[in-house]
Amino acid sequence: MTAFFLIVAALTIAGTAAAMSLRNPIHCILALTLSLVGFAALYLQLGAQFVGFTQVLVYVGAVAILAVFAIMMTRSANPPEGQSHQAAFSSSWLTGGAIAAVIFAVLAWCILSKSTPMQTAIQQPDVSVNQIGDALMHKFALPLEIVGVLLTAALIGAVILAMPERRKTL
Amino acid sequence: MTPDTIDQIFVIAKHWLLSYTPAPLQPVVSAALSVAPILGVFPLLFAITTVLERKGLGRIQNRYGPNRVGPYGFSQPIADGIKSLTKEDIVPRTADQFVHFLAPLLLVMAAFLAYAVLPIGKNMVITNLNAGVLFFFAVGSMVELAVFMAGWSSRSKYSLLGAMRAVAQMISYEVPLVLASIVVIMASGSLSTVAIVNQQANYTSIWPHWFVFTPWGFVGFILFMIAATAESNRSPFDLPEGESEIIAGYYIEYSGFKFALFFLGEYLGMFATSGLAITLFLGGWSAPFSFLTWVPSYVWFFAKLLALICVFIWVRGTLPRLRMDQLMGLAWKFMLPMTLLNIVTAGVWHFMPAGFVRWLVCTALLAAPFALLSRGLTQGGKKLQLRTYRFAE
Amino acid sequence: MSPLNAYLLLSALLFSIGLTGVLTRRNAILVLIGIELMLNAANLNFIAFWRYGPNPAALTGVMFAIFSIGIAAAEAAVGLGIILAVYRHTKTTDLDQINTMKG
Repeated sequence: MTAFFLIVAALTIAGTAAAMSLRNPIHCILALTLSLVGFAALYLQLGAQFVGFTQVLVYVGAVAILAVFAIMMTRSANPPEGQSHQAAFSSSWLTGGAIAAVIFAVLAWCILSKSTPMQTAIQQPDVSVNQIGDALMHKFALPLEIVGVLLTAALIGAVILAMPERRKTL
Repeated sequence: MTPDTIDQIFVIAKHWLLSYTPAPLQPVVSAALSVAPILGVFPLLFAITTVLERKGLGRIQNRYGPNRVGPYGFSQPIADGIKSLTKEDIVPRTADQFVHFLAPLLLVMAAFLAYAVLPIGKNMVITNLNAGVLFFFAVGSMVELAVFMAGWSSRSKYSLLGAMRAVAQMISYEVPLVLASIVVIMASGSLSTVAIVNQQANYTSIWPHWFVFTPWGFVGFILFMIAATAESNRSPFDLPEGESEIIAGYYIEYSGFKFALFFLGEYLGMFATSGLAITLFLGGWSAPFSFLTWVPSYVWFFAKLLALICVFIWVRGTLPRLRMDQLMGLAWKFMLPMTLLNIVTAGVWHFMPAGFVRWLVCTALLAAPFALLSRGLTQGGKKLQLRTYRFAE
Repeated sequence: MSPLNAYLLLSALLFSIGLTGVLTRRNAILVLIGIELMLNAANLNFIAFWRYGPNPAALTGVMFAIFSIGIAAAEAAVGLGIILAVYRHTKTTDLDQINTMKG
């Protein structure tokens, strides 16, 4: 529980809370970016360098920008003059908040209750990218191929979904 | 002073300074001593590049560049710096103040972070990360978010349009950039920049083992440089920020020091990507011929960096600007298939026995699709006609 | 509190904040962002167990996290495509108004 962990954890929690509660969707995405960078810092502290850098590359560099583009294209950021000022939270926010609080309470109780401790490794595992590549090619080769097919399907699907519908010209 | 001492003089100086600091402070002082030269040298290089670019562009366009301020105009950056620091910092009233302030800071911070993994000389890298190249690309992808923040927070139509175009261009060209560097990672078997440079620092008779001297390395280098030009929004890919197109794109509403920070961030990004190209393809700090290794390693790195900067300036002065659809077509229809073919060729190169046949096969594997693809993409595939000229009578 | 417990508690907290966002926000895109945050919290859980667990050499946690990041990116792309298609049809992203299957 070093000071570094506490600072990064505080930043991540602040970013996540801001992402879920700010009114302007673009501000939410920017707070999300802070939260994702906080996650990457936590992964780096746990010694998973490859995962941390991949997190920044994929999430900050692609998913956040994709979300921003989607907000721009659905005009949620600056609603046109006709629409009334929308509330940020849905009408059933109390139920949703209560469910989430209950789930957090159950999880925290599970974590903090005195259960049988598992054998924990104390020294930092030294994983190199070579080992990850080795594992991807030998032990995890089938998931790798399936993820490749899935990404291709997602790419084609997203393009088809977002394509403007062709107007049949007369 | 042996050549080895001059080569390692900065490392020796750092160790000597560290021996005088007390033990608990040593990690902090070591980090500061590694980072401070980068913070000093690269902005200085930025200043030199601005005047070099203006004079170079001027000469290409048959005029003098700036020639008033110092000897032949070379103190122009000092005048530019004073000007940008003393200009009034105007922020539009409807702009999003917090994001507007944060965008140039994020850009410059991301651009500086990328230098952490570039080996400037032998044993002179700030941190030898195991996944160094991945770190570089991860940090580079934060620049796109900063560009979007700058354009959106200004709440101005031109700046938003410029930001959208710039982000679309940057994410499109990030794919060929990463794929072009995968070839080098495949060949060297490591993501660590220091390991990649060490593999290229050997010589057979006098010729170096740089990756650019192989067919796949050469094509990869060209594709990487084109993608790097597009990533830093430089001409001929500067539609998002061209002065005659969209005034200044996403940094219209910035003035004074923040504008200078954007400029700095863009040029630092250019230097960082050039530095990575040098590390991956041009052998990093190694000398071109084996009888030249007595010159210090950092001199070679900066010489290669200056050469690449001159190429950037040359291309800027020569080629016309690409339209947005031409730009995107180039990225997705031409560069992406070429980078994938390059990866296949590098695999073929690795598995064929060394010799003349290997060169022939790999060159054919790259040249034939290039000719077919570029022929097929020009003018929508229509037959090429004899070029005719009409002169005003 | 051992370091593992600290990471697990943090992950549970972030998960429930994401869940709050998913269950209470009106904008469909922000619900998707909440789902991404939940996926990230689960990834943190995996990496924490990999680091402090009995067999880090098997790399299971790291592998799961890598695949999860890739799949989350694909899911975000397709989800945002669906939201765009729904927006084109109903002219709104307000989830309280998209409550009929008609049309």
